[in-house]
Amino acid sequence: MIGEWLDIGWVEEIPLRGSRTVQVAGGEDIAVFRTGENKVFALLDRCPHKHGRLSQGIVHGGAVACPLHNWRISLATGEALGADKGCTPVVPVKISGGRVLICRASTLRAAA
Amino acid sequence: MKHEPIRVAEADKRPHLIVIGNGMAGCRAVEELLARDPARYRVTIVGAERHVNYNRIMLSPVLAGEKTFDDIVINGRDWYDSNGITLIAGDPIVAIDRAARTVTSRGGIVMHYDRLLIATGSDPFIIPVPGKDLTGVISFRDMTDVDAMLAAAEKGGSAVVIGGGLLGLEAAHGLSLRGMTVTVIHLMPTLMERQLDEAAGWLLKTALEARGQTIMTGADTAEIVGDGRVEAVRLKDGTEIPADLVVMAVGIRPSVALAREAGLEVGRGIKVDDHMVTSDPAILAVGECVEHQGQVYGLVAPLWDMCRALADGLVDAPSGYTPAPTSTKLKVAGLDVFSAGDFSGGDGAEDIVLRDASRGIYKRVVVKEDRIVGAVLYGDTADGNWYFDLLRRAESVADIREALIFGQAFATGGALADPKAAVAALSEEAEICGCNGVSKGQVAACISMGAHSLDAVRAACKASASCGSCTGIVEILLALTLGGEVEAGPKTMCKCTSFGHDDVRREIVAQGMRSIPEVMQKLHWTTPDGCSSCRPALNYYLLCALPGDYVDDQQSRFVNERMHANIQKDGTYSVVPRMWGGLTNPRELRAIADVVEKFNAPMVKVTGGQRLDIFGIRKEDLPAVWADLNAAGMVSGHAYGKSLRTVKTCVGSEWCRFGTQDSTGLGVKLERATWGSWMPHKFKIAVSGCPRNCAEATIKDFGVVCVDSGYELHVGGNGGIKVRATDLLCKVATEAEAMEMCAAFIQLYREEARYLERTAPWIERVGLPYIQARLLPDAAARAELARRFFFSQQFSQDDPWAARVEGGEREQHAPMARFEPVAARQEEMA
Ligand code: SRM
Ligand SMILES: Cc1cc2nc3c(=O)[nH]c(=O)nc-3n(C[C@H](O)[C@H](O)[C@H](O)COP(=O)(O)OP(=O)(O)OC[C@H]3O[C@@H](n4cnc5c(N)ncnc54)[C@H](O)[C@@H]3O)c2cc1C
Ligand code: SF4
Ligand code: FES
Repeated sequence: MIGEWLDIGWVEEIPLRGSRTVQVAGGEDIAVFRTGENKVFALLDRCPHKHGRLSQGIVHGGAVACPLHNWRISLATGEALGADKGCTPVVPVKISGGRVLICRASTLRAAA
Repeated sequence: MKHEPIRVAEADKRPHLIVIGNGMAGCRAVEELLARDPARYRVTIVGAERHVNYNRIMLSPVLAGEKTFDDIVINGRDWYDSNGITLIAGDPIVAIDRAARTVTSRGGIVMHYDRLLIATGSDPFIIPVPGKDLTGVISFRDMTDVDAMLAAAEKGGSAVVIGGGLLGLEAAHGLSLRGMTVTVIHLMPTLMERQLDEAAGWLLKTALEARGQTIMTGADTAEIVGDGRVEAVRLKDGTEIPADLVVMAVGIRPSVALAREAGLEVGRGIKVDDHMVTSDPAILAVGECVEHQGQVYGLVAPLWDMCRALADGLVDAPSGYTPAPTSTKLKVAGLDVFSAGDFSGGDGAEDIVLRDASRGIYKRVVVKEDRIVGAVLYGDTADGNWYFDLLRRAESVADIREALIFGQAFATGGALADPKAAVAALSEEAEICGCNGVSKGQVAACISMGAHSLDAVRAACKASASCGSCTGIVEILLALTLGGEVEAGPKTMCKCTSFGHDDVRREIVAQGMRSIPEVMQKLHWTTPDGCSSCRPALNYYLLCALPGDYVDDQQSRFVNERMHANIQKDGTYSVVPRMWGGLTNPRELRAIADVVEKFNAPMVKVTGGQRLDIFGIRKEDLPAVWADLNAAGMVSGHAYGKSLRTVKTCVGSEWCRFGTQDSTGLGVKLERATWGSWMPHKFKIAVSGCPRNCAEATIKDFGVVCVDSGYELHVGGNGGIKVRATDLLCKVATEAEAMEMCAAFIQLYREEARYLERTAPWIERVGLPYIQARLLPDAAARAELARRFFFSQQFSQDDPWAARVEGGEREQHAPMARFEPVAARQEEMA
């Protein structure tokens, strides 16, 4: 049986104020972030601006700065912050016993 | 021979409520029940501990010697007696028979229940490392543990506490007061990371270290060493810390074994509904052993709410438990730490931060849609309960927002809520700047004498020039005194601070600051962890100030400097190996050609910087590409770095009919000497063999034009958006002098330019005469600059590629997980 949540690893595998990716065969990567406050979020690894890899950006507060043109994207909503407009799909995350679980259905939808 | 079970006489006809667990939640539940209907149930409490009901959270003050066991008893013998409660202490329940509705104790007592309440609390989590069972390894959960710690402390020696959360730090504090040498080992990078943000965690660590404890963060225990009894703790990195006592305080797990064996539904804890009823209607559970709506708890406040809901249910007046936010305080005398709610921010959340370095205060309140959702306070926790109350009641703070962070007295103090009126009302003698002892009258005088900007005030009377916490007040004074004429202040580094780059750099050196959180605290950053502009700048400033000592913060670097390659628009990377002075050879070219083929690189290109650029490499393949290039003797070209890029050369005297000196050779020497150095911005060098200047040395940061009599040294040029030709710095006679001048110039630039300021704008700002005055007349000063440069180069000339090839930070290149949805789709359809 395939659960509704995908277990992708330990929280500690994601650097604090950093990010890792989850590869989806045949689809786009999911970027999984861990903030300075130890909260974990997941977004499609694609900036709403020109598709920069958000996983490679600088994480600060609850946002990530895209590495290509420095848009700031909210980790919680995927929404561009400040004057910029655009949104990247969010993948729900939960932590259970130190493991990071991401929502299977959203992962499929986002990466498709 | 088998023990005959002892049957307890059951004369009392009231329904029998048996409580397993004589701890905080179990007894509180009984108290709540008695308050509602003292006669309804016949109550028996069975406890594994031999004590009466005591306040577990006060074990820390007992360990610290501030309280005795008698002080922390909640309900003594008389409470049990006068309420007709049977207490069976020191005899744990070992089995529940749900069909027969009986429980059996280890001593063999079997009792029938009508309702059973499981309140078994938690078990300390013991990390499964070799040596965990040695004598001298204990946890911190009950009075027996405290007695064991006190006995160990009596003999003195060293204690290692594993776990830097609330419990571990309280244990460490107690043991340290009892005279032991204490080391705290914490896996995470900051202390109490679940309750505190990085800034507060850093302050806490500094304070504990000042009290003589050794705090090791990011430390992973590998083994507890000893022969029968503990002798040391060994970390994964090989460090060994001697220990006569080891306290494991890494976390707790709900105590569910009994419930699981009885077949109750158990997740992380015993699953209960809003009325604390388990999957068996006759059995209730409360406290840390339960799981409610997926949540388990480790603090008492929510347990009290559970006990109320439970008692309401037991007397048929069900109310239901609703989870509420919690708050935490550290119980270490003299260290005030408070945390409540959710301070992770998230969307639409805004941080209000107040830092006062001179008083060691950090306050952060997180506001979302005009409501407080979280707070972290360090140093001054007086308003903790006020914030927590506003949070719990979800009260709008729109009206008091401006003054919220200053606390209840200020925010609700009527006229004082207008900061301008408050400053105007201050007397002339009132001290504005605590660091430099400047009064309001002095600041005002200085403004009337012509200091019409913040910077001018800072220069004239030093007010707000040190920690900056009075910046706001000085600005108000400027506005009050000058009306509309305040001159725009110096450009601040970013919106996180009121300081400019130069102020920050000066203070880092003056105050000997050593980490990003320290700078943010001491200079009153208004955000908890900075932004993508200030973090890379601070990381560079610290790196420059503490060569060899500062631990680079990877997460404060732009992606290219983290991946040691240039990110492209499609998310792949380009790789540029160094070609010293633009020279190459068949071996290098072959290796590059092989890499291009092996990794299917779609393009190779000769760059404008005289080397080859391989495009379209996947992040995952970078280490393998580097390994192949390293094998041919090539290292990173830092085409991505705020660092030395290339040294462009022309053929020079060795071949060219006009060449005056060996420009190629000097270029190679310069590149060998300067590569790997981190700088405020990228830095390019070129050496031309004659004034025809084929290497374009006069649009480089440092350019050498060779002439018959020596070397003309040029500085401050660049191509790019705004072309600037160099200024002639000086002329020297020998290569050695040219090399020294180059090193001294780079170091001056490294130490004094602002982050992301290339040499051209820097020189335009400070003026060529200033640079010349620093480098030319005083040979000793110049030599000293060059010495500092070469000293720092010792630590930066390691090929970053080689380190990754060796396996360092491999995770940066590998995905965390792979997911094959194909099978899943099929199954979904099936
Ligand atoms: C690869 C290369 C173009 C080429 O194919 O020739 C190149 C490529 C880039 N240049 Fe350049 N510059 C390259 C030589 C130059 C030169 C020529 C030179 O060095 O002689 C210049 C003008 C000289 C100068 O720097 O003053 C040049 C002036 C710039 C500028 C403007 C700098 C300025 O101060 O105004 C930028 C933008 C910046 O750095 O902020 C820039 C930025 C960039 C970036 C890094 C853009 C970026 O941030 O992604 C490009 C990276 C592409 C990549 O992934 O490799 N590049 N760039 C050259 C690499 C040289 C090398 O071997 O390292
Ligand atoms: C040193 C320390 C400091 C703390 N400080 C704070 C603080 O500052 N603030 C805060 O909110 N919380 C604090 N806590 C946490 C708080 O003490 C717990 O949340 C609380 O005690 C939980 O109550 P409980 O009744 O669920 O578990 P407990 O109080 O642990 O009670 C469970 C009892 O059940 C007994 N038991 C277990 N199994 C059996 C069995 N099979 N048969 C019979 N008896 C059994 C146990 O021996 C124990 O006595 C602290 C905890 C410790 C250890
Ligand atoms: S000139 Fe512009 S497009 Fe060309 S490499 Fe440089 S930055 Fe990129
Ligand atoms: S692609 Fe992200 S900011 Fe342009």
